[in-house]
Amino acid sequence: MVPEAWYLGLSAVLFSIGVVGVIVRRDPLIIFMSIELMLNAANLAFVAFGHRFGSAEGQAVVFFVMAVAAAEVAVGLAIIVAIFRLRRRLSVDDLSLMRW
Amino acid sequence: MGPVTFMMFAVIAVGSALGVVLRRNPVHAALFLAVNLGTIAVFYLALGAEFLAIAQVAVYAGAIIVLFLFAIFVLIPAKEETAPDPLRPYRVLALPVGAVLLALLVAVVAIGLRGPAGAGTAPDGVQSIARLLFTDYLFPFEVTSVLLLAAMVGALLLSRRREG
Repeated sequence: MVPEAWYLGLSAVLFSIGVVGVIVRRDPLIIFMSIELMLNAANLAFVAFGHRFGSAEGQAVVFFVMAVAAAEVAVGLAIIVAIFRLRRRLSVDDLSLMRW
Repeated sequence: MGPVTFMMFAVIAVGSALGVVLRRNPVHAALFLAVNLGTIAVFYLALGAEFLAIAQVAVYAGAIIVLFLFAIFVLIPAKEETAPDPLRPYRVLALPVGAVLLALLVAVVAIGLRGPAGAGTAPDGVQSIARLLFTDYLFPFEVTSVLLLAAMVGALLLSRRREG
């Protein structure tokens, strides 16, 4: 058996890759996918800690995170499509309407 | 899961995550994301979370990736990022930021792992999570259904074409 620390290290690496993706990319679709990467890394950490402490609570939390992620993707993609209809270009740098 | 198998899947997971971030074409990124989500499902299986592994494949690989691909193929022509980046000097900073974050995360996890390993036996598959969901987490579980309904209505409203 591999110790849980390995899973947690992998989760940290995946989360960092997701953060770098959100910072580097300009396409809102790919930023979205990077957010999914981060959510999954956090989920993996939840499951690994739950395994370590012999509790199913981590898995219950991951279940809710999955539900929220599904809702988030549905609404987020709808927003992206609406923005695309409005301006024909997809770059988050153009979307500064709500910046103070 | 033995160390060799773990390293194999870990390399696939990290490689596909890098693919998501580095590929210019959103379709390729979505397919890399599907690979990444699949390997995470394998890790769930190895950690004794069978229900989550199945849910991961059904919800993420089944629904979310299809939604991404549908949005790219049908609604948004997949354009690659070609225009010069006006913020390029700032984006280089992403790498040190990511490295520092990784170091922080590893430090936090190392501190978190220092405690006692917990009482013991790994939870027994589907039954323990089902018991939790329908007792301690019953209220959040019901709220989740309202959330999903709200998201569905919101997505419909947002993607509707304006009449006239």
